[in-house]
Parts: sequence; C-alpha cells; structure tokens
Amino acid sequence: MKVNGVEHSPPADPRRLLSDHLRHDLGLTGTHVGCEHGVCGCCTVLLDGAPVRSCLMLAVQAEGHEVKTVEGLARDGSPLHPVQQAFHECHALQCGFCTPGFVMSVVGLLAQHPHPSPQEVDEGIAGNLCRCTGYASIRRAVSRAAELSSPLVGKSGPQGRDGAR
Amino acid sequence: MTTRWFGAPVQRVEDDRLLRGHGRFTDDIGEGALECCFVRSPYAHARIRSIDVSEARSALGVVAVYTAADLPFGGVDLPLLIPHPNLTHGRTQRCLASEVVRYAGEAVAFVVAESRYAAEDAAELVQVEYDPLPVVITPEVAARAEHLVHDDVAGNVAAEMLQEVGDLDAAMVTAPHRKRLRFRYERGAASPLEGRAVWAQWSAAEHKLTVYDSTQSPTSIRGGLAVLFGLPESNVEVIAPDVGGGFGPKIMLFYPDEVLVPYAAMQLGRPVKWTEDRQEHFTAVNQERGQVHEVEVGFDGDGRIVALSDDFIHDGGAYTPYGIILPIITAAQVPGPYRVPNYRVRFRDVYTNATPTSPYRGAGRPHACFVMERTLDAIASELGVDRVEVRRRNLIQPDEFPYAVGVAWQDGNRVVYDSGNYPELLDRALEMLGPRPGGDHVGMGLAIYVEGTGVGPYEGAHVQVLVSGKVVAATGIPSQGQAHATVWAQVVADELGVDVKDVEITSGDTRRFPWGVGTFASRGAVTAGNAMHIAAGMVAAKAKQIAADHLEASPADLELVDGRVRVKGSPDRGMPLAAVAVLSNPVRYAFGGGTEAATQFASKPRPGPPLQGGEQPGLEATGYYSPPGSTWASGCHAAYVRVDPKTFRLEILKYVVVHDCGRVINPLVL
Repeated sequence: MKVNGVEHSPPADPRRLLSDHLRHDLGLTGTHVGCEHGVCGCCTVLLDGAPVRSCLMLAVQAEGHEVKTVEGLARDGSPLHPVQQAFHECHALQCGFCTPGFVMSVVGLLAQHPHPSPQEVDEGIAGNLCRCTGYASIRRAVSRAAELSSPLVGKSGPQGRDGAR
Repeated sequence: MTTRWFGAPVQRVEDDRLLRGHGRFTDDIGEGALECCFVRSPYAHARIRSIDVSEARSALGVVAVYTAADLPFGGVDLPLLIPHPNLTHGRTQRCLASEVVRYAGEAVAFVVAESRYAAEDAAELVQVEYDPLPVVITPEVAARAEHLVHDDVAGNVAAEMLQEVGDLDAAMVTAPHRKRLRFRYERGAASPLEGRAVWAQWSAAEHKLTVYDSTQSPTSIRGGLAVLFGLPESNVEVIAPDVGGGFGPKIMLFYPDEVLVPYAAMQLGRPVKWTEDRQEHFTAVNQERGQVHEVEVGFDGDGRIVALSDDFIHDGGAYTPYGIILPIITAAQVPGPYRVPNYRVRFRDVYTNATPTSPYRGAGRPHACFVMERTLDAIASELGVDRVEVRRRNLIQPDEFPYAVGVAWQDGNRVVYDSGNYPELLDRALEMLGPRPGGDHVGMGLAIYVEGTGVGPYEGAHVQVLVSGKVVAATGIPSQGQAHATVWAQVVADELGVDVKDVEITSGDTRRFPWGVGTFASRGAVTAGNAMHIAAGMVAAKAKQIAADHLEASPADLELVDGRVRVKGSPDRGMPLAAVAVLSNPVRYAFGGGTEAATQFASKPRPGPPLQGGEQPGLEATGYYSPPGSTWASGCHAAYVRVDPKTFRLEILKYVVVHDCGRVINPLVL
C-alpha cells in the first residue's frame, strides 16, 4: 500500500487494524484513535481520496490502495494545507485530539464539494466528534477552508475573527 | 510599553504541530513499550470465588499477569483524596479486587504483554468465578437500603450534611404560597476523545521513575507515586504531554493503572504503557451527575422566594475516592444568583453499584442550577406570572456585593460572591435572543447561574530570561486545550516588555515545575496566570536591579520595553535583557547572545562579593499565587426550542449565552 506517497508493505499480522498499523508500525501518530468502533472519527484518513475510518479497516485491506494521513497534507517547514490553515485562523481546535480526523474529513468534503452549502458542511463533519465542543468554530473553518482552497479568493481575513495577530 | 499583549487576539502557538499531526499524546510516546490489558468485572456486584491466571501467564507474548495476591500493596485501599468530617463512611477500592467487586468495570487482573493484541488475547484466558450479589443501582434504591453496597456501611450512606441559613421552618410556615417539587438528574460520562493513558519507565541506573500520564494533575501523581514507592520526589518525574480533553475525571487519582503501570515498569525493567479503550472509559472512569432533589419552596404573591428547602441524594457510586466535593458544591450552588433568605439543604451521599463519581464539567453545579431554575418556573406557573419577571424579582442586585450566601464552599471557606451584575446578564441575553419565532410547540429555555472559579489553594510559575534574550516559563498544571502556551506568554511578555513570540511556556511537566495542584474548576487562568504574572514581575524587578548599577540609574527610573531595560524618558540609555541575563550570572566565562553587550558594562564592578546577601544567579524567579477564595463568574443562557409533539425531538431554533468572565486575556480562545 502507498501511505502519503511512499510504498509500504502491509503488516504480517492480518488482524492488525489500519489505525494501529499507521500509528505503531509506521510511526504516523497524527492519526488518533478515540473509540475504536467507528463513532468518533478521530482516526479518519483518506483512502484513494475518500475519508474512511482507519479503526474499522484491517491494514491488509488497504493493500493496493493509496492512504493519506494528516502528516501527508503539508511538508514539514512548508505552509499549512488550506484546511489546516483555516482551522488555525478560526480557532477550530482546542485540545487537538479530534483535529486530524476533522481535517481529513474536510479535505475529503471539499474535494467532493468545493463550495459546500451549510447543510453539506454539517453532513461532511457529522461523522466527527469534538468533546471540547468547538463545532461553531469548526463550521466557520470549513467555510474558510473552501475560500482558501479557491484560487480566486484565498487571501481575505478569517470569517468573524478579523484582527488576529 | 509599546505593545499590550493582555487582551490582544494572539493566534495560538499550539496549533501548528497539532494540525500537522505532530501532537504528542501519551499513546504516541514510547514505541517498544510493553502493553497492558485489564480484566474487569462484568458484574455490578459480586463476590469473587476464584481467579485463575495460569493459562494467561503461559500465553504467547505475555510477560506478566498480576492479581491482588501478586502485589505488595494488593491489600491496601487506594487513597481517599479529600477527607471531610461529614464523610463518616468513606471507602476506596484497591488496585485489583480480590474479594468483592462493586461496579461493572472494577479491575480484577492486569496483563502485561509484548503487544496490546497479545495482552487482550491473554486477558480472555483469565478465569474468574463470581457469585453475583444483589445490585443497588439508583440513588433512590440505595437510600432504601434493602441491600448494601458495603457490608459495613449501614443505610448505604457515605456522608450526610445539613446546613441552614436563616430560620427555614418559621419562614416556610408563614409563606403565602408553598410548593413541593421533585427533580431527578441522570448520570453521565465525561468521555474526552483521548481516553486515559499511562506510560512509565524505570531507570535502575539513575534510580528514577518517569511517567507520562494523560492527567489533569501531574504534580499530585508525582507526590503520590513517590510515597507509594518510597522514593524521594526528586526521583519521580511525571509529565502530562498533550492531553486530549480532560473534563474532570482526569483530575482523579489514583486510578489502578496509574499505580500498576509504573509498578510493572519497575518490576520488569522495561517501559510499560496502557491506553484505555472507549468501553473501559464508560465503565471504569469516574462519572457524575446522578442526583434526586426533594424541594419545598415558600414564596410571596409576587413570586419572591422567602424559604427554600432542598433534601437531595447524591449517587456517589461504589466508592468515594474524591470525597464529597460534588454534593458540597451542589448544596452551595442551588441558590445561584437569587436571594434565598431562608435556606435549608441536606444531602446524603449514597453508595450504589455503579462507577464511582468525581468532578465532571461543572462538578455538581449543573444539577443545582437545574433545581433552582425549574423551581422558579414552577413559581411562575403557579402564580401566572411571566418566568422572566419571576427571575428578575429574585435576582441579587448589583449593589449587594460582596454577597454572603451563608453556606460552605468546596475550599472550606463560606460562599461569598465577589462581584457581578445578574440583571444585566438577563437583559442582554433577552435582547440577543429577540422575539419568539412563530409556529406551534416553541418554548423558551432560560437559566442564570453563578460559578465559583479560580479555586485555590495555589499555583506557581518559574520565569527565566535566557542569555539569548528569549524567555522560558513553566507551571505545574497541564493543558487540555486551554491555550496555556499562548495566554501565559501574553502575561509574561507584558511584564518583561518582550514580544510574545519570544516567550515559551511549559505546563504540566514536573521536571520543569514540580509544585501545584491541577487543571480543573476553571482555575488555570486565575491561579497559574497570576503566578506567571508574579514570577515575571519578580524577574523584571531583578533585571532593573542588575541594570541599575550599569546604567547608573535608580531601578525605579527604569522600564522594560522592546526586549531592553532602559531609562524612562531616555530610551537610548539602556541595555538588552539578554545582556542583563549574562550579567546576572557572575561566572568568569560569559556565554550567549548578550555577552558582547554585557562586556561593555563589566568594567564597573561592585565592591564586595559577586553574589551579595540574598542574591541568586540567573535572571529568573519563582512565584506563587494563592487566592483568598473563589472568584465568582456568572452567566445567562437563553434558547428558543421547538418540540415535536409526537416524537419529542428537540430542535434548537436559537441559543444565546452571556457570560461575565472578567478581563479577557485573549478573545480568540474564549
């Protein structure tokens, strides 16, 4: 399987979860595990571009597919991915544990709906839980991410949070 | 001062690494550690007839299996954290149960293996025979005491407390109207998205224990482990790295794993890690909220409360490791922002066969608020008076502060509200809420509350200006997303006249700051924030003292601006803070970015020894802040809600919050 553009062999143990494989075999600990039964969305990664729960997949099932984790969005030292940048600008994270899962869901959402309606935003993040309860900021961040991802209107200030230093 | 950081919308410095997936949560640490799994009771109440771990011990990949019989402290009860004279029958569990289990999820055996997968496989091989016992599962059933949770606790009552303000009976008898009400509040689980986790390593060579713990109180964990294992505190390091939400139950200690993981690491000579799964969280991590209130309220024809009596039962769960803080807070906060001239409150903290309780998001307060607000609604309904008007008539007025409620607070003091303007909260909330939307089955929800925050006893901070001119600061309490690294940098930067980007904060690492209490009860900004302010102020004073000699000026005539100490009114007469940091350490060799700037002043030696009486090297200071009591926040929530009359589905049409949070350090992170 390919993870963040690099070819890896699947684990020898066929029952190993994709989430465990990413975290503990490949050291990609940005993918978090919050519930291990597909509810919280912390473990969301992109499989061939679509958001999936890595805790509900066996690693061997990803063979022949392309996996992208949060570490694959922006190279170290380079600017944040537009979705990451939007989360930063809109204060859409507090403890940061749910954040990688949200970010990957939103990347998947915007790939499908570059200009999502409010309802599409809600549906796009409905599979992710934030217990710090920052949903209002997260909604704003999705809209801001759509702006930043659009080449025409990427440079204006964050919605509702102007004046930040 | 050119820039004021306090109050400015400074972007969080924490975000970059968390967004890139470079956060460091406990389970992210220490590849190669042994991993663990608990065997937990499936019964809420049962006697253990036998435990057989022989098959599990010989399973593939298993390194050790522990039961109570294998532990030197197996027969010792875990500590009762906050004793109280009214807690006459406090009980705590043991690390591993060997005789009776009193809640589903209580730990019975602990498996350590080469991997979590192997540990879970082996845990399934542990054979435990149970004789189920009658179960006591609600506070009402517990109070009836037909069955006992602890054989030696008659009536299932752990604690009882009665407080009275004024003369309840006399006021109630003469009240023009009286009403009896019953309120029930259900239990809940905190469920931070990162569950609990512990990683430990023992260094035999250094005789040192290092523990990473997803806790709200690393300093307390360190103190407790040092006592338990007979080590000097200086040989125990506890770090709360990134913590993925706490919400209360991570302030509890000790959970069995917090003792067993370090113990296994010391016994086995290898790093050991345990990470909770979500199912364990729902059964084995402390919960909250279960209470039943029997209220009698006496009021006049205008709806003003003249007497309020509340007799409530608190569902304590199977043990009382955290004392009786929760019902004490509820009892104190029932009156809330309203005048209750005659108030009697009694509670009984009862044992049930359920997960123990300790503070969770609000810690006793939401139940109190619910009781009072529903009581006011009942008064309004009885008299046919508008609910807003009834509240308005009962609110404490702005000229009545400080306002003594007359009951005990969680810190042992009496409840005295320091400030507030409750009528304005209500007015502003109603203004924001606007007119009621049209349609059927639309109702308004309204609640006004006070919240005791900033509770003591103290927190501390260490602030140091490095010879590079950069500033490092540390405090003992950890962050679970509260933006400590940003807001405290603002506080320190203002005191030292440096850019906020030049201040680096460490929190929750006993290697950097070993004293303190914890992050809970909305206290971090008040306690640790003030400690940062005090310590940074001490550093500023020291910088002026050192620079004064070299600038030939009085310290009182100096100011710290733009990373320099300079003479007020003569900005050219000054020196970089970095140079002051070099000068603060009178060694023969000078290192760092301030060296060159410092040497030009070195030709003016003082008479006497380089460090004179009471002086300490380094441009650093440690300061502590201990509040005299809680500071009382207040707020008002209001909502329009539509109810589907067939399904009872609720739709929130509009929700507004007005909260008096004092002076805001950073509006971006509210």
